[in-house]
Amino acid sequence: MIELVSSDRCIGCKLCVKVCPTNVFEMDGKLPVIARLEDCQTCFMCEAYCPADALYVSPFGDAAVPVNEQELIDSGRLGSWRAEIGWTPGVEHSMAERDTTPFFEVFTESERKL
Amino acid sequence: MPQHTLQEQVVRQQTTADVLVLGGGPAGAWAAWSAASHGAKVILADKGYLGTSGATAPGGTTLLVIPPVAKLREQAVAARLRAGGYLSENAWIHRVLDQVERNLELVEQWGYPFPRDEAGRPLRTHLHGPEYMKLMRRVVRKAGVKIWDQSPALELLHDRHGVGGARGVNRLTGETWEVRANAVVIATGGCAFLSKGLGCNVLTGEGLLMAAETGADLSGMEFSRQYAPSFEGGTVTRGRMLAWATLYDGAGRPILRGDRTFGSIPELLVKGPVYASLDLADTPEKREFLRRAHPIFFMPLERAGIDPFRDKFPLTLRYEGTMRGTGGLRLTGADCAASVPGLYAAGDAASREKVTGAISGGGAYNASWAICSGSWAGEGAARYALSQTRHADSRELAPAGRHGLQAGADKPHRLEAKPLIAAVQREVLPLETNYFRSEAGVSAALRRLDSLLPELGGVIPSTVQGIVQSREAAALLMAGRWIYTAALARRETRGLAHLAEYPQLDPQQTHRLILSGTVRIGIRTESVPHARELQLPAEGRAI
Repeated sequence: MIELVSSDRCIGCKLCVKVCPTNVFEMDGKLPVIARLEDCQTCFMCEAYCPADALYVSPFGDAAVPVNEQELIDSGRLGSWRAEIGWTPGVEHSMAERDTTPFFEVFTESERKL
Repeated sequence: MPQHTLQEQVVRQQTTADVLVLGGGPAGAWAAWSAASHGAKVILADKGYLGTSGATAPGGTTLLVIPPVAKLREQAVAARLRAGGYLSENAWIHRVLDQVERNLELVEQWGYPFPRDEAGRPLRTHLHGPEYMKLMRRVVRKAGVKIWDQSPALELLHDRHGVGGARGVNRLTGETWEVRANAVVIATGGCAFLSKGLGCNVLTGEGLLMAAETGADLSGMEFSRQYAPSFEGGTVTRGRMLAWATLYDGAGRPILRGDRTFGSIPELLVKGPVYASLDLADTPEKREFLRRAHPIFFMPLERAGIDPFRDKFPLTLRYEGTMRGTGGLRLTGADCAASVPGLYAAGDAASREKVTGAISGGGAYNASWAICSGSWAGEGAARYALSQTRHADSRELAPAGRHGLQAGADKPHRLEAKPLIAAVQREVLPLETNYFRSEAGVSAALRRLDSLLPELGGVIPSTVQGIVQSREAAALLMAGRWIYTAALARRETRGLAHLAEYPQLDPQQTHRLILSGTVRIGIRTESVPHARELQLPAEGRAI
């Protein structure tokens, strides 16, 4: 579930409010707030769209697991999903360009030891 | 927290279009693009955001693509006919294979970076969701479609000539809207009962309910027993990766290696905890290959502090409802028309039995189906709308919605959506009831669901969230009742339909089950073109 809106990083663009498929955010003044955490479906889309890398979605969908912003920054996790998709400015190759899935079935059949 | 309040039930924003598309996943995007490309003025309204909404956007999807070699395609079609219990239609599978090839060429022209093989030929067999749906948003907008995000439809408009638009609400502004359009495409996805599979919580079945309230038929609702494995507490369901896993019991003993189908996990999970480790990927090269193929599978595990190649992580199952089932709105023709004039269906909101039969299409069939059915429904809706002499504006249209709406409130109590949703989930999500189906268990669950119907007559909360969630609750309740009604009517085991009392396939039931109605559910059968091909081998053995 969404666990962090970094007030240090947020630029108040409202994009997260606009793109969230389950309407979790609301603006409270210049900052978005997590208004309906229980409706979060843990799809990571807000984080991918955030242009300021200000959001962090924890991988746990059933329960809130609080996070520490500084630890997320230190471990490189804040903004990591956007970078992996290839949407962070300056990232050289997108996830789609690196995709090995078209070879997955062939690879699985030929390489898997049973 | 600030809450929008609807001060009044008057419609604030009213407009007309030729085609209204409800839903902004792949099927809705393709439908809107197709309708606009055929000259229609199109509005697409999505509950969330075209680009992030639906089962495809957060992850990705493998496509059903078979080279245009007659022998290969005939083999695939014959295999699907057998696997799908002879309920699929060969001509429709061929149509999908032909159409998806053309559309994927377009996707590449529009800028999707498909990888290429050593000879430089593009391999158009997989799409990463975020990139794909961002691209589709751009294409849809460029085609001239007006995109309304955060704008769930709540009910359809109709008159004696058929469907003529919809009403809904903007979740961000609280404004209600009405679009009058001579054709409506339902592309709202399947119904996954808020089970928190990746991207699936927007799939709550309102499209099916809206359509059924205008008299549209449903088909194949019994084929809905699919659960997908995820790490416990997580949301990403990529069963395919378990081809590289060993499954372990609670004591760390290996119980299964490289299960390609993950079909045995329900049986294992009812006995006790099941752990997985992708330890069959035993070289850095293999691990690197898998990591790059499915980043969305690995990223959440890594964030949870799990090394999936070495650690044993606990598995859970997420119910996939009609999304990975095959049921939905019954299609009456090649243009993906539903059974009410002016109404069309695409993607997982439509019955996919014509191409998948009685078994799940899995991601591949469903992704190709979304692309093709979207294109056909969009074209069909455009042709129908543009051929009408009566303007949608001049029709005497009335709202068709009732259940979970203020129009249907006839009880003094307040409709509490969240407890009602939880009550529906208690009947629909458990493996014991819905995977291990028995006549006794399903009948009892259906009776309990029926007893919840009066709750829908409660007074609707005045907040936007309350209005939208009340309607979702109504749709989930109806979808659960349709699923179990159909499940009890098919007294055999075929594909995703199963009742413990009837463990065999019964050739006499090689037909589809058509449902209609909401509170009172009517049921009848529909014949299928290849039914006799199932009986022939049996007769041959008898001789």
